[in-house]
Amino acid sequence: MAAVMASMLLVSAAHAAPDAGSAKLLKSTADHSKFKELKQAFNSGPEVTKACLSCHTEAAKQIQKTEHWNWEYKSPEGQLLGKRHVINNFCTSITSNEADCAACHIGYGFKDEKFDFSAQVNVDCLVCHDTTGKYKKPIGFAGNPVTKDTEFPPGSGKIIKAVDLQAIAQHVGKSSRTTCGACHFYGGGGDGVKHGDLDSSLEAPEKALDVHMDAEGNNFVCDTCHDTQGHQVPGSRYAPTAQDKGEAHVRGKHYSTSPTTCQACHGQAPHKKIAKLNDHTDKVACQTCHIPKFARGGVPTKMSWDWSTSGKRGPDGKPLVTKNADAYEVYNGKKGDFVLAENVIPQYIWFNGKVKYTLRGDKIEASNQPVHINSFEGSASDGKSLIWPVKVFHGKQAYDPVNKTLVVTHLAGEDDTAYWENLNWKKAVAAGMASVNAPFSGKVDFIATDSTWPITHMVAPAKDALHCQDCHAAGGRLEKVPGIYIPGRVSDHNRWLDTAGWAIAALTLLGVLGHGLGRVVVSKRKH
Amino acid sequence: MARMYIFKRFERFWHWAQAALIIFMLATGFEIHGSYTLLGWQKAANLHTTAAWTLIGLWLFAIFWHFTTGEWRQYIPTSKNILAVMNYYSVGIFTGAPHPFRVTQLAKHNPLQRLAYLLVKLFINPLIWISGLAYLYYNELAATKIAALAGLPLGSIALVHTAAAFMMLAFLIGHLYLSTTGHTPLAHIKAMITGWEDQEEAEPAPAAGRS
Repeated sequence: MAAVMASMLLVSAAHAAPDAGSAKLLKSTADHSKFKELKQAFNSGPEVTKACLSCHTEAAKQIQKTEHWNWEYKSPEGQLLGKRHVINNFCTSITSNEADCAACHIGYGFKDEKFDFSAQVNVDCLVCHDTTGKYKKPIGFAGNPVTKDTEFPPGSGKIIKAVDLQAIAQHVGKSSRTTCGACHFYGGGGDGVKHGDLDSSLEAPEKALDVHMDAEGNNFVCDTCHDTQGHQVPGSRYAPTAQDKGEAHVRGKHYSTSPTTCQACHGQAPHKKIAKLNDHTDKVACQTCHIPKFARGGVPTKMSWDWSTSGKRGPDGKPLVTKNADAYEVYNGKKGDFVLAENVIPQYIWFNGKVKYTLRGDKIEASNQPVHINSFEGSASDGKSLIWPVKVFHGKQAYDPVNKTLVVTHLAGEDDTAYWENLNWKKAVAAGMASVNAPFSGKVDFIATDSTWPITHMVAPAKDALHCQDCHAAGGRLEKVPGIYIPGRVSDHNRWLDTAGWAIAALTLLGVLGHGLGRVVVSKRKH
Repeated sequence: MARMYIFKRFERFWHWAQAALIIFMLATGFEIHGSYTLLGWQKAANLHTTAAWTLIGLWLFAIFWHFTTGEWRQYIPTSKNILAVMNYYSVGIFTGAPHPFRVTQLAKHNPLQRLAYLLVKLFINPLIWISGLAYLYYNELAATKIAALAGLPLGSIALVHTAAAFMMLAFLIGHLYLSTTGHTPLAHIKAMITGWEDQEEAEPAPAAGRS
């Protein structure tokens, strides 16, 4: 009996052993806490980077080729784009505001255009590779972490706590939804503000919010689709793939098509149960049906921003702030009025992957129409376009009515010209335009603008995808998409045919009814 | 009254199955077109497609039947007596004149019927079928190397299909009404169900309607 008991114990111990072992098994072959290079007190970010590069010799060179680093992109159409160059209709521009904006730059010390983009030690490895969640790059420090408790803004009494770079450096690992999200969820100045399909709800989403990133299920991270080799992250919206006719990617094989598209995994005929749906993929992007709404995770996104109403101060003399019932700002004296929305139905447009921007020097002729900060090109007939869901963001922002250009505004900084300090447009625009050596007439007016953002994240489970009748109907989702015949979309009907058809049917009916009535009358008379 | 066996079992099955399918396809078809909402678009489209394949199957059998039995000759048009028949439906039917056409097993349709059914079989049906299949296989069509087919816009295919559907609807209305014009309102319908046509015995059957 004792022997049986003992053997049972042995058996259960043997069963437990592999589990205990696998919990400790690292996927990485290196435990960074054991590296002597990382067992030191780091006083700045670049010191950490130096230690990283002592082993990862090529990492910084790879980074320096990316848009993540350069914030610059030359489009195939020849426009110089990227954060350093475009003007958008959120906080409008990076230039002259780098100290704040560079909190989301993967570098250290990008405080103005004099930043050395060639210095390898300026590359911030930790912002993407931190696994502790403790690494922070506060706004106002040009992308530097704070290594000693610091009062900021100076004289405010607010203390920003130091981060322990040594501990963080010893626990580096792969990027995660959290590290990517630290910037990409907060674009436009806050959680969910800019994109609508990227916000903090994707850090650990439920299946209903994102069928792929479902933390309890598929648990994709950003890199699963944005499959990165040598730090080159594919799938930038500056160089989007609107239509992917390639096959599903198989491991080990080399492909020229982007790994980020739906087709890269699902191929060209993904609908098995209802094959007719595959007939849609030549015209309709997957996202159109499979992302029925954006901002579905409980975080609202901004739909419009009116800078022209900014400048109001509260009774305390500070910029006035008004919040809605959910405690989100709908007015801020520094920024103006906002409209927020959740569970937003996208707009739908033909998109062929080409995006044209209105840039700083471009003349704005028709000021009675919204200026397109960017325009998505495409048509039903160019053979390269699909119907895409987009978020269209409406703005009203400062421009120079004399020179007829969009303007760079100096918003952030500890100086007298920064708009967020003194709420003075003329000073702020003058300083902003001076920072890029652009002409400024001295006059500021406001102009309506719009910008377009592709909707491609927050893919819903198949059961929540759009139904046929969402588009095959009068006034359906695709009501305004031109150049295509959609069965059931009444506006596509040939009115002559429908009128004539029903008229002939009605006349036939009237004719036979008249004939029948005649027969009834005649037969009554006979009897 | 004598009775004559006019419509054989398969013929009756074919007729009524076809009638049900056509009425169902008109109902679902115009919903797909966007004229009203009844079943919901998805259901309407799915059932319309299923009904289309069923009807195609039925037709393959019917075509086989027509040729193997020689019944196709029933649809050869004739002008003989056609004016008399037209005169009957516009005047005689009200004055109580006898029908100028006498049904026989070899000529079960009067000259007007022959013409109308031939028009349905040779014009409306093929138009619906060809445009319907093009509609269903639009993607495959667009992928063909034949430029004239590949460049065919879906809107044009739908236009032809819808136009043919309106013709079928008009035919259906007329056909339904004319089925009541037998010697009693239900006589034709009864014949189409049982296969037996009542014959008025008074006159001997002339050879009208045969060419």
